[in-house]
Amino acid sequence: MIRPVLLAVLATLFLAIGAKAETMKLAVTTSFHNSGLSDILLPVIKEDTGLDVQLLVVGTGQALRLGEAGDVDAILVHSRGAEETFVEAGFGTHRREIMYNDFVLIGPKSNPAGLAAPDGIVAALAQISQSKATFVSRDDESGTHKREMSLWRRAGLNPENFGPWYNAVGAGMGAALNTASGLSGHILSDRASWLNFGNKADLAILFEGDPLLFNQYAYIPINPKKHPHVKQDPAAQLENWLVGDRAKGLINAYTINGEVLFTFNAHP
Amino acid sequence: MDNIWDGIKAAVYLLVTFDRDLMEITLRSLQVTLSAVAISSFVALPFGAWLAIRRFRLRRAAIAVLNALMGLPPVVVGLVVYLLLSRSGPFGVLDLLFTPAAMIIAQVIIITPLIASIAHQAIRELWAEYHDLLISMNTTSGQRIRTLIWDGRRALITAALAGFGRAIGEVGAIMIVGGNIDHATRVLTTAIALETGKGDFALALGLGFVLIFLSLLVNFATHALGRTERGKFW
Repeated sequence: MIRPVLLAVLATLFLAIGAKAETMKLAVTTSFHNSGLSDILLPVIKEDTGLDVQLLVVGTGQALRLGEAGDVDAILVHSRGAEETFVEAGFGTHRREIMYNDFVLIGPKSNPAGLAAPDGIVAALAQISQSKATFVSRDDESGTHKREMSLWRRAGLNPENFGPWYNAVGAGMGAALNTASGLSGHILSDRASWLNFGNKADLAILFEGDPLLFNQYAYIPINPKKHPHVKQDPAAQLENWLVGDRAKGLINAYTINGEVLFTFNAHP
Repeated sequence: MDNIWDGIKAAVYLLVTFDRDLMEITLRSLQVTLSAVAISSFVALPFGAWLAIRRFRLRRAAIAVLNALMGLPPVVVGLVVYLLLSRSGPFGVLDLLFTPAAMIIAQVIIITPLIASIAHQAIRELWAEYHDLLISMNTTSGQRIRTLIWDGRRALITAALAGFGRAIGEVGAIMIVGGNIDHATRVLTTAIALETGKGDFALALGLGFVLIFLSLLVNFATHALGRTERGKFW
């Protein structure tokens, strides 16, 4: 009595695994997904192109690794230096800029380190290090982490020498924000993830608007010469859609609490 | 405290409204984990029984290794399976990475030692009882293993349920090999990790309660199906 039932259940389970539609895999940074923009774009992409885009939400470092291994068909990331190396090494066919937003420095509303707007982000970070105010770092080779590192370098500081006030958590944007929120610490975040973050506690934007905080997102299709199995046509189709008018309208119109999150800047 | 209360409310709301996404990821959780438990049990139960009745030189070492493998770190299993299934890895051509099949493979590796080890413990005790009888009847190894598995089924169901428990709540390995792709490889645990990352603790906790509820449901269903805990069927 038991066996036929179990067998029937198992058979259904295994059969269900086979089915597949026309899909492509896109590795994207956490900010693209955590901001909620992907939930707006994906259904429209499906409607316009018939493509079922499967998102792998990872940090820029991991996205580049997935691309190098040929496990995804394209990547959408934000770390210009790493992207150019990636394309030069032949893993991607080319780099196409899609949109930008900016990084913001988050910290406790009380502003314990006394950061002031006119000084610039580099001075602000130097001040945090001087007052040994709690700081949370992504430490995961993501685009945000790479930017943070380059800002410390500009300030002439090396995070390796920092004391216990500097917390390298090795986690995604959301998890790191949760940590910062728990510790009442400072953290560098992209604006989109911050605006869409649900556990702000007593944190607020302490610093924004420095040109050094500009954050460009770019799309890179994986090179079929390296990985002949990648889905070249869907990847090209998606690129055309992303630089088109429909994408422009949706990206520019996407706001949270009245704030624009991304600005479209692709050249058609 | 507010967060926990919100979590309970979110769980009830999701369950009562039959939220479509929730149904989908719950069914996928079940699909992946039940498949893994079925495959693991198929391998691990006979293996545990075989280990109990067979005497060979390295038996003690084999049992020690098996017990140690119960503690396999899921993240490491996930990483190894990822590297094997990656397009740049030896099994890349199978195109299994970021599919439910990859998640099942990872879970099978994680829970097979656990099920085999518990099965071995249970059957060893049964074998002490049955030893003289089965030997005197001149049974083959296959017959002995089948008899022991059947007569020890109640303890073996517990072994399988322990495997289920470890697999259904596992997140490290399936996050790496499945990729948490919406509508493809998202399951309850990876969805919880995702919502936590968004700082939406109420929804994360709500999904957590659904997961616990699901685990209870499967355990009850197993007992109902196996008709254990009833007079006639002990």
